[in-house]
Amino acid sequence: MKRFFGAVAVLLFGVVLWGVATGYAERGAPSELAMRYLAEVPADLGAANVVTGILITYRGFDTLGEVAVLFMVAATVGLLLGGESRGTSAASRPASRPPSELVSNGAEVVLPVIFLFGTYVIVNGHLSAGGGFQGGAVVASAVGLMVLARPSAVLDHGFLSIAESLAGVLYVATGILGLILAGGFLDSRFLPPGVFGAFVSAGAIPLISALLGIKVGAELSVIIDRFRS
Amino acid sequence: MGLPISHVLLVTGLLLMLVGLWGVFAHRNILRIIIGFSILNTGIHIVMVATGYVTDGTAPIIDKALPVGEAVRSAVDPIPAALVVTAIVIGFSVTAVMLSYAVRLHQARKTLSIDAFTESKW
Repeated sequence: MKRFFGAVAVLLFGVVLWGVATGYAERGAPSELAMRYLAEVPADLGAANVVTGILITYRGFDTLGEVAVLFMVAATVGLLLGGESRGTSAASRPASRPPSELVSNGAEVVLPVIFLFGTYVIVNGHLSAGGGFQGGAVVASAVGLMVLARPSAVLDHGFLSIAESLAGVLYVATGILGLILAGGFLDSRFLPPGVFGAFVSAGAIPLISALLGIKVGAELSVIIDRFRS
Repeated sequence: MGLPISHVLLVTGLLLMLVGLWGVFAHRNILRIIIGFSILNTGIHIVMVATGYVTDGTAPIIDKALPVGEAVRSAVDPIPAALVVTAIVIGFSVTAVMLSYAVRLHQARKTLSIDAFTESKW
């Protein structure tokens, strides 16, 4: 009976979405706002990647809120999974199967490359596809692989939380610097735009990107590690 | 030349949404319900990206292949991409919270079946 109602609900959603699919026509030109962004991000901010320019400067406040959400989730997961179960779990649980040879050897080969790639994605966010969030997620996926390959490895939560808080504080401080020296909160134009397309360019965007990368990487690593215990 | 690429993407995303919804409604195991939510989430992201496509557009990254003046005419809409980056992070966060609740529920009842949790049922 429950399945029947579920099927009816999915069917009704299907009817609605069918209307969306048949009524959709590919656009011939970006919207007016998008055109403004496409023209202004390279000219005004000096960033080659328009998406990063939007995320970090024009919608910077949104990104700050997103970072706050991530912080709250790390705190929630810590609250739900940390605490009393941590002490008893290691001793009472039967010894788990060691990771397979494929995982452990693969991790040794691939891990440094993933970390390097994550760093590359973080610091090249203003030039090509990437940015703080994406690179941070890549770094955290490497941490996830490490946790799988070496179940006995212990992550230093103190170091991670200090790195994460410091990056957060510096991120907000950069935002306030933008308020004082440039047009507004999280305005990245208080540093010179530099040569377009060069590694050190686009004002404070690479700096903010790196801070976001550190913060997101540390936070996601802590969340992944919480699920282990 | 047949179907436009963004239409294929849009229909794929909508189908994934339906698959995810069915997963949420049909399964009684909490982990499977969470997987359903994840699939629903992914479908919505794909739909959002698809709606940002502009005919013959390319990635909104300025380089040799896409000079500054050209960008306004031949780049896709960057706004859905920027929104989806946000949405992916929020989706990850929601999944992490759901999974941690699932762990706690399993600790409380030693089962992951949603039928075992009847207290808040009306």
